[in-house]
Amino acid sequence: MLHIKCPHCGLRSQNEFAYGGDASVKRPELNKEVSDKEWNHFVYLRKSLRGKHLELWHHISGCRQWIKVQRDTATHEIFKTFKASEEI
Amino acid sequence: MQKYSVFNLIKNAFNNHEGWEVAWKDPAPKNEYDVIIIGGGGHGLATAYYLAKEHNIRKVAIIEKGWIGGGNVGRNTTIIRSNYMHDENALFSEFGMNLWRSMSQELNFNIMFSPRGIINLAHSDAQMNAYSRRGNSMRLNGIDAVLLDRDQVKKIIPMADFSENVRFPIFGGLMQPSAGTARHDGVAWGYARQADSMGVDIIQNCEVTGFDVVAGKIKGIRTSKGNIKANKVGLCVAGSTSILAEKLNMTLPIETHLLQACVSEPVKPILDHVVTFGAGHFYCSQSDKGEMVMGGDLDGYNSYAQRGNLPTLQHVLTEGIAMMPFLSKLKMLRTWGGIMDMSMDGSPIIDKTHIEGLYLNCGWCYGGFKATPASGWTFAHTIAQDRVHELNAGYSLNRFNTGHLLDEKGLGTKTWIS
Ligand SMILES: Cc1cc2nc3c(=O)[nH]c(=O)nc-3n(C[C@H](O)[C@H](O)[C@H](O)COP(=O)(O)OP(=O)(O)OC[C@H]3O[C@@H](n4cnc5c(N)ncnc54)[C@H](O)[C@@H]3O)c2cc1C
Ligand SMILES: [Zn+2]
Repeated sequence: MLHIKCPHCGLRSQNEFAYGGDASVKRPELNKEVSDKEWNHFVYLRKSLRGKHLELWHHISGCRQWIKVQRDTATHEIFKTFKASEEI
Repeated sequence: MQKYSVFNLIKNAFNNHEGWEVAWKDPAPKNEYDVIIIGGGGHGLATAYYLAKEHNIRKVAIIEKGWIGGGNVGRNTTIIRSNYMHDENALFSEFGMNLWRSMSQELNFNIMFSPRGIINLAHSDAQMNAYSRRGNSMRLNGIDAVLLDRDQVKKIIPMADFSENVRFPIFGGLMQPSAGTARHDGVAWGYARQADSMGVDIIQNCEVTGFDVVAGKIKGIRTSKGNIKANKVGLCVAGSTSILAEKLNMTLPIETHLLQACVSEPVKPILDHVVTFGAGHFYCSQSDKGEMVMGGDLDGYNSYAQRGNLPTLQHVLTEGIAMMPFLSKLKMLRTWGGIMDMSMDGSPIIDKTHIEGLYLNCGWCYGGFKATPASGWTFAHTIAQDRVHELNAGYSLNRFNTGHLLDEKGLGTKTWIS
């Protein structure tokens, strides 16, 4: 069982959260011409790191805020959590 | 190679079974090969076998960081099926079904192929409609499919929950009678033994740590046992694909996630088929030893841990008990996990890459065991001829760029979502 510290609510069990995937992915800028290659990068390509991974979680059965979590994908150690708007 | 037969069994019984040859050798790596296959799982072993057998390429090495069969090929729940709607998936899988049917004879190894049939349960009218559409598509591709109503399902699996006030009543199901299971270790060992006998070097406890690429061409690999040269290298490392791709500066449309499975204590025969729950993700079959073999959802977040987490297992087994309440009476014997190469549309990739001589086989998601023979066969063709076969043309890496996705389940890019 993972225990994730929601920056809004405190330490909660994994059951309260839904996973949202890699948080380092950047959407191409709005109102700009986007090539197939850029779009492919944004929508489909993922580094899928072994080790430290910055990811999105949704505190869906809690405050319903999206948060960022820095977690080790091999050991599940959680190093730090952030509000969605915070940069690391 | 010594043939496995009842006569040899009797003959060897007279000298306490001490006369058997080793099933495959344990060679040190040579300096150079025609083809190197990375990963001694089902797909790597099958690829090497078909390279030797179909294309007469025998200077081949399989490089495995652990022992052959220690990855997902030895961790899966062994379901073999071709109940797909899209032509690409249906034709590829059905080609594989034919290879499964003759595999024990071809490999001279009893892989215990058991075409016991798979039933996907439906729990609403909408799901029955979707299943009838999928069943019809399957039949158009020459694959057997039978739509069962509630009473027909009840005759086949009477211990499922047919009571009136259940949350997910059983409306019926879609059955592929020719689907089934096989002994996963046997598949790895059978391919390994035959590949070895045709000259393939199976090199275990040897980790690939890097690649030599010169002017856009692959020249060799770096391993924990030294550098090895080859002008053709095939990647068959399933859940470790992204780690090796990073060393090639490639970013792929896959994420590695963890899938668990478990078996119960053995009980008398009760379940003759493979059955899946339609209102979630749970599937079950009974092994020859009597254990109920069960699995379902991924743990739900990127993971290379190779061991599972309890919440998902609890969730999956809750679904199982909703489907077949008697499961609640059984004790759990073992649980385990494997790291899965989840592609962004749920379909695999068997293709060339932008690096000349480097070939990619990955993205197997939940269903790579059944694909083992067809994947090995088409990947061997792709490597030997340096062009894809029509059977794996749909499994291109570029489809994500062009939008030609093979999204069988309509899950979009998050095939890991439960
Ligand atoms: C719990 C579970 C249940 C499943 N159930 C089913 C099922 O019912 N039906 C089905 O069709 N599929 C199922 N699958 C999926 C299926 O097992 C996989 O898709 C398939 O086995 C992957 O191909 P493989 O056999 O070649 O992989 P693996 O056996 O994982 O082979 C990859 C090999 O590469 C090696 N490797 C990795 N990195 C390196 C390196 N750097 N150098 C050298 N070697 C390396 C690994 O050690 C490993 O042995 C299941 C998987 C799991 C985990
Ligand atoms: Zn919260």
